[in-house]
Amino acid sequence: MNSVTRILTNLGASVTGGIARLGFAARFLIAVLRLSGTTFARPQLLLREIYQAGVLSLIIILMSGLFIGMVLALQGYETLVRYGATESMGMLVALALVRELGPVVSALLFASRAGSAITAEIGLMKTTEQLAAMEVMAVDPIARVVAPRFWGGIISLPLLAALFSMLGIYGGYLVAVRLIGVDSGAYWGQMSAAVDWRYDVLNGVIKSVVFAVAISLIAVFEGYDATPTAEGVSAATTRTVVTSALAILALDFVLTVLMFRGGGG
Amino acid sequence: MILDSDSSLAAVAPAATCETLVELKNVSFGYTKARQILSGIDLVVPRGKLVAVMGGSGCGKTTILRLLCAQIRATSGEVLVNGQSVAAMDHDQMYAHRRKLGMLFQFGALFTDQTVFENIAFPMREHTELPEEIIHDLVLMKLNAVGLRGAAKLKPSELSGGMARRVALARTIALDPQIALYDEPFAGLDPISLSVVGQLIRRLNDALGMTSILVTHDIVESLKIVDYIYFIAEGKVVAHGDVESIKASSDPFVRQFVDGQPDGPVHFHYPAKALAEDFA
Repeated sequence: MNSVTRILTNLGASVTGGIARLGFAARFLIAVLRLSGTTFARPQLLLREIYQAGVLSLIIILMSGLFIGMVLALQGYETLVRYGATESMGMLVALALVRELGPVVSALLFASRAGSAITAEIGLMKTTEQLAAMEVMAVDPIARVVAPRFWGGIISLPLLAALFSMLGIYGGYLVAVRLIGVDSGAYWGQMSAAVDWRYDVLNGVIKSVVFAVAISLIAVFEGYDATPTAEGVSAATTRTVVTSALAILALDFVLTVLMFRGGGG
Repeated sequence: MILDSDSSLAAVAPAATCETLVELKNVSFGYTKARQILSGIDLVVPRGKLVAVMGGSGCGKTTILRLLCAQIRATSGEVLVNGQSVAAMDHDQMYAHRRKLGMLFQFGALFTDQTVFENIAFPMREHTELPEEIIHDLVLMKLNAVGLRGAAKLKPSELSGGMARRVALARTIALDPQIALYDEPFAGLDPISLSVVGQLIRRLNDALGMTSILVTHDIVESLKIVDYIYFIAEGKVVAHGDVESIKASSDPFVRQFVDGQPDGPVHFHYPAKALAEDFA
């Protein structure tokens, strides 16, 4: 009976704790939005964060996009050649990248590379009392530290996702046209005929913006809420990557249902 | 004159003769009910004076500074600055209050993504409309005062512990605050820097008309520069007095602290079982 009570007590505590944390995260988001004026009034703060989150993530995003596009073309050829539809290779690569892989894979990579870095940086600033020092200097750390990183992430990820898809399509071209010998005109022609600007491209952009908001919020919140110890920062960084990955995949399912359940555009 | 905690502060503390700037009235604070950090502290800091708060590690000295910065709120009692209760301040009043403060953190708390120059310039850029040329000159003057003008372009990671402390000191006084709070400013300093920083704290206090509160373990250096000393133990003021009375005191706590004796009212060992039991 005692152990049952203990289990129920722990379960209750973790549920209420989780709800309280969710509430804190919601209030935190409101505070970030309310205090975002400084970020846009002082563009150098935002540019620094776009550089840190976006430019420094370029290599991993571009290389991943290129290789994923190449693999897509190889795998796609294996299937399409059975039906004599290798001319549709461009369409297959582009749709897979623009609708799905571009936003999702770039978001997962972004969460691992930039999200974890943001959490670690803010967490370490908290641990070394840099945030407290700002508060004592009458500078709000949410306005000065958190909001620029939040918006830097939101601006960077959609651009990175677009670059990811572009490099993927080029990687597909290298394999399909240069390596396998698919007709270049068919590759680009099928692609431009099948990919709809609003239905495919715009929906892909919307997905990456939603993922960017989720990752940026999780990253800054976990950093700000980290226990100010080495273990605390380490745990917060891990939580950022895991929670972001799960959030991206869950949101992707929801968005895909909302956007594409009606069939082609 | 030296007093123990039972004596009447009002009758003899510096406030009796000078205008009070900072006052703690029967202040208690604890993170939990079971773990009280401060228990009924009374402390007075007159305007223009340099007051030291001393005591063993973990006795609640830094907590007093955090109460003054409104980083934490007292669970009971009143923290008054300029006659205004810190706990009663709204958000805008609290930020206005903090603009009058300068605080040196125990571990410096320098911004690691910025150079030494940018660290000192930070409060100036945040709170003033000064042109960059003026900020440049002011920053170099502050750095010159702590002997680190030549280190302006270095990052905090390139500084020794003592140098980082001096940079943090320069940042503390960047805006010539009304009240300067120093948390262990002498820790990690070599003897030359220690003396220079000590004298600098005294000179700044007098030249800029500041009021300073110094939290430190360094009794020798403190006795050279401060006007008044409070001793804290187990969350309470156990003794206080001016420099001469502290030096002449026969109070066991003061003597133990001043002479660095291992045995006395303050125990060196954290409460534990008997040695024989642990090694049995």
